[in-house]
Amino acid sequence: MDLINSHPVLEFSHGERVSFSFDGRSMDGFEGAPIAMALHANGLRIYRRTPKMRRARGFFCAIGKCSSCFMVVDGVPNVRTCVTPLKRGMNVETQEGHGSIKLTPDEAV
Amino acid sequence: MRELKTDILVIGGGPAGLSAAAAAARAGAEVTIAESDLHLGGQLVKQSHKFFGSKEEYAGIRGFEIAKILKDEIAQYGSRVSTMLNTTVSGYYGDEGVVTAMTGEEEYLRIAPKRIVITSGAQERLIPFPNNDIPGVYGAGAVQTLMNVYGVVPGKRVLMIGAGNIGLIVSYQLMQAGVEVVAILEAMPKIGGYWVHAAKVRRLGVPILLRHSIKRALGGDLVTGAEILELDDNFSQVGETETVECDTICLAVGLTPTNELLWQVGCKMKYVPFLCGHVPFRDKEMRTSNEKIWMAGDVSGIEEASAAMIEGRLAGLGAAKSLGLNIEPGGFEKYWSRLNSLRAGEVGEKIRVGVSAVVVDGWADVQ
Amino acid sequence: MKASATFESGVLTDERPGAVKPPRDLWEKHKGGLVLVECPQRIPCNPCNTSCPTGAIVPFEDINNVPTINYEKCTGCAMCVAKCPGLACFVVDLTWGEEIALLKLPYEMLPLPQKGSTVKCLGRTGEIVCEGKVENILEPLKDRTKVVHVAIPSDKVGDVRAIEVA
Repeated sequence: MDLINSHPVLEFSHGERVSFSFDGRSMDGFEGAPIAMALHANGLRIYRRTPKMRRARGFFCAIGKCSSCFMVVDGVPNVRTCVTPLKRGMNVETQEGHGSIKLTPDEAV
Repeated sequence: MRELKTDILVIGGGPAGLSAAAAAARAGAEVTIAESDLHLGGQLVKQSHKFFGSKEEYAGIRGFEIAKILKDEIAQYGSRVSTMLNTTVSGYYGDEGVVTAMTGEEEYLRIAPKRIVITSGAQERLIPFPNNDIPGVYGAGAVQTLMNVYGVVPGKRVLMIGAGNIGLIVSYQLMQAGVEVVAILEAMPKIGGYWVHAAKVRRLGVPILLRHSIKRALGGDLVTGAEILELDDNFSQVGETETVECDTICLAVGLTPTNELLWQVGCKMKYVPFLCGHVPFRDKEMRTSNEKIWMAGDVSGIEEASAAMIEGRLAGLGAAKSLGLNIEPGGFEKYWSRLNSLRAGEVGEKIRVGVSAVVVDGWADVQ
Repeated sequence: MKASATFESGVLTDERPGAVKPPRDLWEKHKGGLVLVECPQRIPCNPCNTSCPTGAIVPFEDINNVPTINYEKCTGCAMCVAKCPGLACFVVDLTWGEEIALLKLPYEMLPLPQKGSTVKCLGRTGEIVCEGKVENILEPLKDRTKVVHVAIPSDKVGDVRAIEVA
């Protein structure tokens, strides 16, 4: 991971190092820190594609306000990855367009 | 659905919110802080530099250390102050006196507070240029979060847009993190931030290009560089466009108050350019036109964290006083005198003018 | 890219209130050195005064004032160098050696210099002015701001404001 290993002023206390999945690839991150930070540390920059133009979107505001970092997390679309803590074994996927909700058989119209 | 009752709900646990909570808890109020981030402290936790101001506002102490001091202060009130992290307030139902909120992406809850202090802070401004949407164009606050809170390297070569205090400070912090700052662009003919902040990065070799701006970000999916241009007095291009190689373009072009809740509540608002956006009218105790709602910090107008902490104390006192609690005698006068002293100089002039447009003695004449 | 080295871009270009040199006769014989503050803008800030153990940095009537210094009281202790949030205080000891002065400056970068090593000395726009020898590295306030003592040619004390450690 691309981490700041030494700093003249700050000390970083990372959470437990855990594995998660990004588009089917296994990678490491720190539990409790936002998903977007783990992806960035793994060199990933593209978190979703816009619905019409398919423009790349990624990390931007880091405070859950701008919607740039929406991804599909454990099947749920439009998750604000910059403020959602990473958990062990999470399944994180690049979001295409608006994302879709998978309905259970009971919910299907 | 979970329902909570509290004396005072503080919305936002940054410098203003923590100060408001401390002042109100000291007076005996039960306080609940709703914070949308995963930790308290707001922007303070990202600040590795020492603060300006006076001793009372922790001058000479690093921002993240100030966050610890404020957290320790509210901790001494024990269960009187409770905190909900990762909790975003989504609406206020005035007739019912109910605030709705969401913890994480799933849990909705209702909070019934007797009083509310809104300290929701600010959000970053954008400027328009082609490709400003591609990954690698980041807000300055986001870069700080990435590198100073989570210890992640934000990029290799950064072009900074804006030489206000944030642009200057974040440039210095990038260098501390081992990241190269190619240049700082400033559209105005002089830096907007403190001169000493600029001197710090200049002497380490970072160029500050006055009367310069970004024309476009270069790259397909990711930033590979930027075209920059020089401006004349009318902000039109002079000379040739230059190309700069960089993998990150950091926008530090100002903040604007995060005022959606105040709008939704129906607080009387005014657009004040010197305070960087629409801000609520307020009385001397930081009460808004809604008799149950106070506010403080950047949502009241963009200013330094030192001022946000003092405003927070005022709002906390105001909310506690209205509950009939005994507040510290002379508190309002003390905090106003500190605020006035911080705002007394040239750099405080815009704030003074801006604030004078929205501080009211009574509500009868406010449109 | 041509960066302008103007005052408006954070470069001190001349003496002005808040950025004055000590009186020459006192400076030349004062062991331990005297402070130079480069804080020429009125901003709300006063830790240089509140950290000064001798009262040499005169108490601020208005917190927005630029610092004024009573050089008779300055001991060159460099507490202000360590405390100033703007990293705007420097101490220069002209009695250090023959044509050699000791500059005490704030340092908050990595890597840390080694005592006895040679470092590049930078001017106000980051240009290399000369080389200097690191005589000491202190952390007076135990708050991660180092005060580095670097010996430089006496005629460069008006120019050197930072060091670059390889």
